[in-house]
Amino acid sequence: MTDQHAGRGAREDAGATDGPLADLLVRTGRFFTRRETSADLRADFRTGGREGDVFYRDRWSHDKVVRSTHGVNCTGSCSWKVYVKDGIITWETQQTDYPSVGPDSPEYEPRGCPRGAAFSWYTYSPTRIRHPYARGVLVEMYREAKQRLGDPVLAWADVVGDPERRRRYQLARGKGGHVRVTWAEAVEMVAAAHVHTIRAHGPDRIAGFSPIPAMSMVSHAAGSRFIELVGGAMTSFYDWYADLPVASPQVFGDQTDVPESGDWWNASYLLMWGSNVPVTRTPDAHWMAEARYKGQKVVVISPDYADNTKFADTWLPAQPGTDGALAMAMGHVILTEFFVRRRVPFFVDYVQRYTDLPFLVTLSERDGAYVPGKFLTAADLGDDSEGAAWKTVLIDGRTGTPVVPNGSLGFRYTDSGAGRWNLELGDVAPQLTLMDGESAEVLLPRFDALDGSGGVLRRGVPTRRVGGRLVTTVFDLMLAQYGVHRGGLPGTWPSGYDDAAEPCTPAWQQAITSVPAEQVVRIARELATNSEESGGKTMILMGAGICQWFHGDATYRAVLSLLLLTGAMGRNGGGWAHYVGQEKCRPVTGWATMAMATDWQRPPRQMIGTAYWYTHTDQWRYDGYRADALTSPLAEGHLAGMHTIDTLALSARLGWMPSYPQFDRNPLDVADEAVAAGTDIGEYVAGRLRDGELRFAIDDPDAPENWPRCLTLWRANLLGSSAKGDEYFLKHLLGTHNNLLAEQTPPDRRPRDVAWRDEEPPKGKLDMLLALDFRMTSSTLLADVVLPAATWYEKHDLNTTDMHPFVHAFTPAIDPPFETRTDFDAFHAIGRRFSELAGPHLGVRKDLVAVPLQHDTPGETAQPGGRVLDWRAGGVEPVPGRTMPNFVVVERDFGAVADKMAALGPLVDRLGVSTKAVTYHPDQEVSALAAQNGVMLGGAGDGRPAVDTDAKMAEAILALSATTNGRLAVQGFRQLERRTGTHLVDLAEGNEEKRISFADTQARPVPVVTSPEWSGSETGGRRYASFTVNVERSKPWHTLTGRMHFLLDHDWMHEFGETLPVFRAPLDMQRMFGETRPGDRGADGTSVTVRYLTPHSKWSIHSEYQDNLFMLSLSRGGPVVWMSQADADAIGVEDNDWVEAVNRNGVLVVRAVVSHRMPPGTVFVYHAQERVVNVPKSEATGRRGGIHNSATRILVKPTHVIGGYAQLSFAFNYLGPTGNQRDEITVIRRRGQEVEF
Amino acid sequence: MKVMAQMGMVMNLDKCIGCHTCSVTCKQAWTNRGGVEYVWFNNVETRPGQGYPRRYQDQERWKGGWVRNRRGRLSLKAGGRFRKLLTIFANPVLPNIRDYYEPWTYDYEVLTDAPLGDDFPAARPKSLLSGQPMDVEWSANWDDDLGGAPEHGPRDPIVERLRRESEEKVKFSFEQAFMFYLPRICEHCLNPSCVASCPSGAMYKRAEDGIVLVDQDQCRGWRMCVTGCPYKKVYFNHRTGKAEKCTFCYPRVEVGLPTVCSETCVGRLRYIGLFLYDADRVAAAASVADEKDLYAAQLDLLLDPHDPEVLAAARREGIPEDWLDAARRSPVYKLAKEYRVALPLHPEFRTMPMVWYVPPLSPVVDRLSETGHDGEDSGNLFGAIDALRIPIEYLAELFTAGDPAPVDAVLRKLAAMRSFMRDVTLGRELDDAVPAAVGMDVEQIMEMYRLLAIAKYDERYVIPTAHEGRAHELEELGCSLDVDGGPGMVAGSGPFGEASGRPAPVSVETFHALRDRQTTEGIADPERPGARIDLLNWDGRGRPDGLFPPRKESNR
Repeated sequence: MTDQHAGRGAREDAGATDGPLADLLVRTGRFFTRRETSADLRADFRTGGREGDVFYRDRWSHDKVVRSTHGVNCTGSCSWKVYVKDGIITWETQQTDYPSVGPDSPEYEPRGCPRGAAFSWYTYSPTRIRHPYARGVLVEMYREAKQRLGDPVLAWADVVGDPERRRRYQLARGKGGHVRVTWAEAVEMVAAAHVHTIRAHGPDRIAGFSPIPAMSMVSHAAGSRFIELVGGAMTSFYDWYADLPVASPQVFGDQTDVPESGDWWNASYLLMWGSNVPVTRTPDAHWMAEARYKGQKVVVISPDYADNTKFADTWLPAQPGTDGALAMAMGHVILTEFFVRRRVPFFVDYVQRYTDLPFLVTLSERDGAYVPGKFLTAADLGDDSEGAAWKTVLIDGRTGTPVVPNGSLGFRYTDSGAGRWNLELGDVAPQLTLMDGESAEVLLPRFDALDGSGGVLRRGVPTRRVGGRLVTTVFDLMLAQYGVHRGGLPGTWPSGYDDAAEPCTPAWQQAITSVPAEQVVRIARELATNSEESGGKTMILMGAGICQWFHGDATYRAVLSLLLLTGAMGRNGGGWAHYVGQEKCRPVTGWATMAMATDWQRPPRQMIGTAYWYTHTDQWRYDGYRADALTSPLAEGHLAGMHTIDTLALSARLGWMPSYPQFDRNPLDVADEAVAAGTDIGEYVAGRLRDGELRFAIDDPDAPENWPRCLTLWRANLLGSSAKGDEYFLKHLLGTHNNLLAEQTPPDRRPRDVAWRDEEPPKGKLDMLLALDFRMTSSTLLADVVLPAATWYEKHDLNTTDMHPFVHAFTPAIDPPFETRTDFDAFHAIGRRFSELAGPHLGVRKDLVAVPLQHDTPGETAQPGGRVLDWRAGGVEPVPGRTMPNFVVVERDFGAVADKMAALGPLVDRLGVSTKAVTYHPDQEVSALAAQNGVMLGGAGDGRPAVDTDAKMAEAILALSATTNGRLAVQGFRQLERRTGTHLVDLAEGNEEKRISFADTQARPVPVVTSPEWSGSETGGRRYASFTVNVERSKPWHTLTGRMHFLLDHDWMHEFGETLPVFRAPLDMQRMFGETRPGDRGADGTSVTVRYLTPHSKWSIHSEYQDNLFMLSLSRGGPVVWMSQADADAIGVEDNDWVEAVNRNGVLVVRAVVSHRMPPGTVFVYHAQERVVNVPKSEATGRRGGIHNSATRILVKPTHVIGGYAQLSFAFNYLGPTGNQRDEITVIRRRGQEVEF
Repeated sequence: MKVMAQMGMVMNLDKCIGCHTCSVTCKQAWTNRGGVEYVWFNNVETRPGQGYPRRYQDQERWKGGWVRNRRGRLSLKAGGRFRKLLTIFANPVLPNIRDYYEPWTYDYEVLTDAPLGDDFPAARPKSLLSGQPMDVEWSANWDDDLGGAPEHGPRDPIVERLRRESEEKVKFSFEQAFMFYLPRICEHCLNPSCVASCPSGAMYKRAEDGIVLVDQDQCRGWRMCVTGCPYKKVYFNHRTGKAEKCTFCYPRVEVGLPTVCSETCVGRLRYIGLFLYDADRVAAAASVADEKDLYAAQLDLLLDPHDPEVLAAARREGIPEDWLDAARRSPVYKLAKEYRVALPLHPEFRTMPMVWYVPPLSPVVDRLSETGHDGEDSGNLFGAIDALRIPIEYLAELFTAGDPAPVDAVLRKLAAMRSFMRDVTLGRELDDAVPAAVGMDVEQIMEMYRLLAIAKYDERYVIPTAHEGRAHELEELGCSLDVDGGPGMVAGSGPFGEASGRPAPVSVETFHALRDRQTTEGIADPERPGARIDLLNWDGRGRPDGLFPPRKESNR
C-alpha cells in the first residue's frame, strides 16, 4: 500500500498495458495532446479543452420548460416538463415537484412511462393531422348541392336524402380519398348535418363519444357541452370499455372508488389479481416494489408469467377466466377457519356493522325445498309509513327480536329519515346467524360445468319465522353457498377441503383453475391472518384480467367478498384497488356542470354506450343464443323466450336504462303534440306509449327513422380501439367494406318483442361521422370530416386521477401549429356556425326527453323489492317515474347554442349543482367568476360569467367543485350531516378559504380537499382510501341496506343465479355460436383454436402510441399475437411469422411472438393494435386485416340493465352493460409469408 | 494513493419494472437525430435474452474489454495499441447493423394522402437506411418480456455458458419461466478499454468526475472504441462519422441535476453519487489473476470517504470540500461498499465498471410455494433464497464472474430486510438475529431500508456541482453557413473524404437537422444529398466506393 502512495513518478516504468512498445507509443502521444495519461498508461484523463463536447451542452439548452400532461386514454395523470427550443417542442421529461407524501414514505416523483415520454414525437410527425379534411366524394356532392340550393342545410339534406349519393360516400369510408378543406367549409358541413338531423329526425339522433374526462376535463366538456345543448346524447365509456366493474355498484352502490397508489404502501399483504401493474400502472408500480421492503407480501394471480409476476413472492397461474373459482375457494377457507371454527372478533364486528350479512332474507318454497327470496323489510312487518319497503331488517342478538336499523335506503330520501341515514347501531347487536333455530334445505345454483350451464346444490340454512315469513340471514346463506358445513343442517356438503366434487372447496377449484389446492388454502389463510393482525391492511389490486369478462361482475363479487369478510374495506392499506379505466374526475361537480350543460338546461341525454353500439351496429342480429341461455336452473322464467335486445327494450320501457334515439319519431314533434294536447305531459306520453301510437325506437332499431345520424368522436378512437365487433360497426353503422363472417341469428332464436326487419340488416345508418384528432387513426380514416386537433402540449386544461390526490394543469408549450385547433376552439367554431344555421332553420323548440330512474335520486326507490312489472304486459299502469321513464320537456333555443356554450348559465345559481344527492349553492363563486373571467355581453349569455376560453372553463370547473373549493366542501358536509345525523364537517373544516385556482395548478400539482363527492378522506394529509368515511363516520353506502352487499335480491339476479357470489365460467362459444373448442387442431392440422385475450399493451395506451415510432422501435414494429411454444409448434409457427386469426367476427393479420411465458391454449393480442401500421391484406378475405377488436363482439349481460332499484339504478358511467370481450376464442393459422399491403 | 473522484450509478434491479422510460427519455434528449437512429445510449434488456446489440457479452466474438496476458499485464482483447495502429485501416470487429437493428420508419403519409381506393390505407415499414420497404425482423428490444425466447434465448451468452455445465440449467418452459430487466448505460469505467482503443486520442476520462467522453472534434471515426468497449456502449454516428456515447448527461450533472435516465426512472431504482478511488491501484486491481477476485478487487479500490487519510490525500489532489461531503453522503458508496448489495456488471471484462446493480429477487417456484416457502417469514427466511426462480448462477455470471457467493449474500440481505421490516410494520417484537444473520446491525438494515424503499430524491441523487465556470468556452464554433444543407456543407465533406477537413460543428448540424425533421411535412428522403446512408448499413466487408479515404500504399 505504502509504495503506491509514492505517486506517478515512481510508477513510470510500471506500465500496466500491453508491452513496452505500446507504452512508448502512448507516452509519445502525451507530448502532443493536452491531457493526462494515467501513470500506468491505461487511461487518458483530460481537464479543459473540451470544445468538441460543446455539442451536448448545446443540445441540452432550451428556451423554456412548460408544465403539461397527456389528456386521454391513460389515467396516470403524470405532470411533465415539456422543453421548447426556438419555438419547437423538443422532448419531455417528468416533473418531480409533487407535494410530499411524508417523511416515512416514498414520493410520487417521477410519474411517467415510456409512452408519455414519446408523446412529443406526434407534434411534428408524419401522422399528424395538419389541416381539416373531408371525404372527397362527399365534398363534391355537397358543394354541388350547395351551389344549386344556396343553403348549407338544404344542401346537406339534398345529399343525404338521395339514397344513391348517400351510399356512394358511405362506401368510400375508410378507403382514403380525403381532401383538404378549409375550416370554414368543414365546420359548415358539420353544422348543416346537425341542423338537418335535428329537424328531420330529432336531436336524440345525434351522439357524441369522448371518454375519460378526468384526464382533460375542458377538452371533454367543450364538445360534450355542444352535444348536450343541441339535445344529442353522450354515450358512456366506462361500462362500454368493460372497465366498469359492475360489482362496484352492486356491492358498494358506488361507481368505483379506489385508493391512490400511495396507499399501496400501507398494505402489508398485496394481491395483484388480473392487474399487470408495471405495464398498466407504470408510474405507480414503484409503490408496490417499495412496499415489499417494508415487509409487504406480494401474491400475483395471472395466467401468464406477466411483468408483475417478477415481483411476486408467490405466483398463482390460474387458467384465464377461472378466477372466480379461486376466489370462492379462498372464501371457503376464510369462512371455515375464521368464522366457523374460530370466530375472529375483528371480522365479526366488521361484517355486522358494515355489510348486509346480518340482514334477513325471505325464503320461498320450491320443489320441496327453499330458494332465497327478498330482503325482509319493515313493510313486511306491517309498517306502512314512508320508505318502509326500503328499510331492511335484522335480529338484535341481545333481545332476539327483529329490528330496523338506521341507514337503509328508506332513511335516505324520506322526511322522517332525516338524521337517521347512518350506520349507528346504538344498543343493537346484529345477529349473524339464526343457528339455534329451525332449519331448511335450500336450493342454490352452480355453474361449474364446462359449458357454463347450471346445476343445483342442495344445502341447508337455519331459519326462523318473522312477520309470518320464513327467513334466514345473508350470512347463513353465504355459508351454504360456499359449502361451509355446520352440524345439524340438512343438504349435501363437502366432506373437506379435498372434496373436489362439491363447490367451493380448494380441491374443487384446482380442477377448474389448475392452481394447487394446498396453495390456495395457504394464501387464503395468510390473507385472513394478515387482516387480523394488521387491522384489515390487506389489499387486492384488480383489473382488466378478471374484470372484462362476461361474468366479470360475478368474479369481482367473489374477490371482493374476501375483503369484506376480513374487514379490509374502508382502510388505509386495505380493500380493493380496481385499476382499469378507472379515473377520478376530482372536481366532478364543476366538470359535470360544464360537460352536461346543466347550467343551462336539465336533464341531459346520457346513453349507455354498450347498448347503443350493440343496437345500432346490429350485433344483436348475430346473437347465437337467447337471453335465457345463461340463466339459472332455478330461474322462474322471467326471461324465457327473450332475445338479449328484448331485455334492452324492456329495460328502456321500465325506466331502468336510457335508450336513445328514444321514440320512433322526432321528440320535438312529440313535445309539440304533448303541449297541444293540453294535458299533463307525462300522462300524455305514457298514454300514447300504452296505446302503441308512440313506440320506443329500441322496439324497431333497424327502421330508418330510428337510426342514429350524426356521431362525433374526439379524444377518442372508437373504431381503432374500443369498438368491440369492429367489423359490425363498419358494415352496419358506417356501411363500408368489412371482414364480417358471422351468420345471422336463426329464426327460432330471434327477438320476442323487438321487430326483425328484412333478411339483410341496414348498411350505413350514420349520415355524418366527425372525428377530431391530432393523428391519423382508424377512426379518422373512416370519418367524413376530420378536424386537426391541438395536442396536449398545445392547450390549457385540467387533469386529475384516482392514482394520486393532485390536480394539475396543461399549459401550451407552443401555439397549435399548422391549422390545428384545440377541441375547445373547434367546438366553439362548430357551435357558432350551427347557431347561425339553426336560428332560421330550427328556431326555438320544445324537446321531450325521456330519462331513466336515477341512482342517488329518489328515482331509485321507484320499484320496491326489485320486482319486474312490465306495464306493457298489463297488470301495472304505465306511470312516468314509477313504472317507466320520466318525461321532461326542455326548451331549446337552437340559435343560442354558441352563446350558451360561452357563458355560465343561470341554473347554477337558481338550482345549485348536485353530485350524489348533495346539492351545492355556489352563489359566491358565480360572482367571483364574473369578476375574474368577465361576463359575456349580448345574446343568451348576456351578463353571465364568461367561459369562452379553455382557461376560463378550467377556472369555472375548479370553482364549482367541492374538492377544489373548500367553502363548497364545508357546505356539502353540513348538508349531508342533516341527513346522516353524524359529525362530518370537520373533514373539510379549516379549508373554507382554500380555493384552488387554475394558476395554482399550473405552478405545481395541488392536493385536493376532502369532499362529499368522494368516499375517502385526505384530511390531515392522509392517503386517500375509499370508504374510510363510511367506516369511520358511520356514513351509509349508497345501497339498499346502506351496507356493502353480498346479496342482491332483484328478480333478474335470481334469474341469473347471482343472488350471492358465485363462480361463473367463461362463456362457451361453441354452445353459443358454434365455434370450435379451444385446443381444437382443425381438420388438416394447420390451425389451432385458442382463447383470445386482449390485455393492455406495454407499448401503447390503447391505440395511442401503437403507431409511435419510438414504441414501434422498442417492440416488434407492428401488430403481434403472443402465443405459447406449444400452440406455435402445433401449427408450425416460428417467432415473427405472419399468422391470421379468424373467427366469425373478423380477421386479424399479425406477426407471432412465441414465448414460453404464455400458457398453452391462450393467445394475447395486445389491446388496440389497429390497422394503420404494418397490417397487410388477409388471405381469408383478401382485404386489410382488422384491429384487435375485429375478432370480438359485444355480448350484453341482461343483469347489467337492471334499474329502478336502489344501487341497481342508472347513472352515467355508473351502471350499464359492459362491453366485455374476453370470453372470445379464435382460430389461428400460419399464413403465407409473402404479404401484400 | 492518488485519490480521484468518480461519478457512479447504482441500479436496483429488484425494483426495475422494465418500462423503458429511461431509454425513451434518453433517446429523446440525445439521439433522436440522423446517424444515430439505431443508437440507444440507455437500453433495457430482458434477461434471459440476447441484449442489444445481440450477444454483446460474447467477447470471443466481439473482442471487447481487457485480457490478462502471460506477463500478468492487461492487454486489449482486440489487440494492443501498436497492433491497432498497424491495422488501423483494416476492419475492426464491429457488430453490423443487424446486430443492433436496422432502423425503420413507416410511410405514414399514405394515411392522409391516399387517394380513394378499395381498402384501408396502411403505413408499411421502410428502412431508414435504404428508404426501401422492409420486413421488421429485429428491433432495439426484440426479446422484451421473453418474446421469442424459446428461439432466441438459448443464444444468450450466459445461458450458453450455464448450459455447457448442465443442459438442465435454464429451461425455456412455462413452469420454469423467469425474467428480469437489465437497464444499461455506459459504465464510465475506471479502466476504460474504449479510451485505450482510440487511435486518435479522441476519447478521454474526465479528471474531475471520471465521465468518459468522445471529443467530437478529435474523433476521426476509426471505431476502435466500438470494438474496445465490451458493453458495446460506444456507437458510431454514420452521419457525422464520429463515435458517440452516453455522456452521463454531463451538462446536467455539472449543475447538480441527475442524468435524464435517472430522474425519469419511474421505478425509482437509480442512484447517483460519488466514489473516491485510488487511481494508482486500478491497474493492479484489474489485473488480478482469478476473475472471481475481480469484484473484491474493484470494491477494494473504493476508498472510505470518512477515513482522514483518504480525505487528506483527496485534498492534496485538489478535490473540493463539497465533493468530499458528497462522497460521504454518496448513496452509491453505501450500496456498493457499505451494505455490499450492489455488484458490478461483468467484472471479468476487467474495465472496472462504475455502474453497479442490486440483483433481483423473484418468486419461489410453484411446487415450493404450495408448501410455504416465503422470505417474510423469518422461520424459513433463507430457504426461500435457494428456491427463487432466477438461478443464482445466472446472476453470478452477470455480476461476479460466476461466483455465486456474493449474489447469494445480497439476496439474503434483501430477504432479511423484508422480514425484519415486516415485524416493524406489524408492530411485532423485533428480532435482532435477523439482521445479524446477514452481518448487519439493526441501524444499518433500517438505513438500507430507507435508502432502498423510501428513496427520497435528494437521497437517491447526491451530486456536487462542477466548479469551473466556462461559459466563455461554450460559444459555437464554425461558420453559420456550414450547416447541413447549407452552402458550407457538401455530402462527402472534405477533400480526403469523410474524416478529413475541419469537422463540422455537430451541434449546429444536428440542431438544424432536428429542426428540419420536426417541421418538414415529409419524412427524410434517403435520396436527398446529405442524407448519407453509407456506414450504418455497411457490414464491415469490402470497401464500397467513396466510403473511406483512399488507401495509401505506405499504410499497407
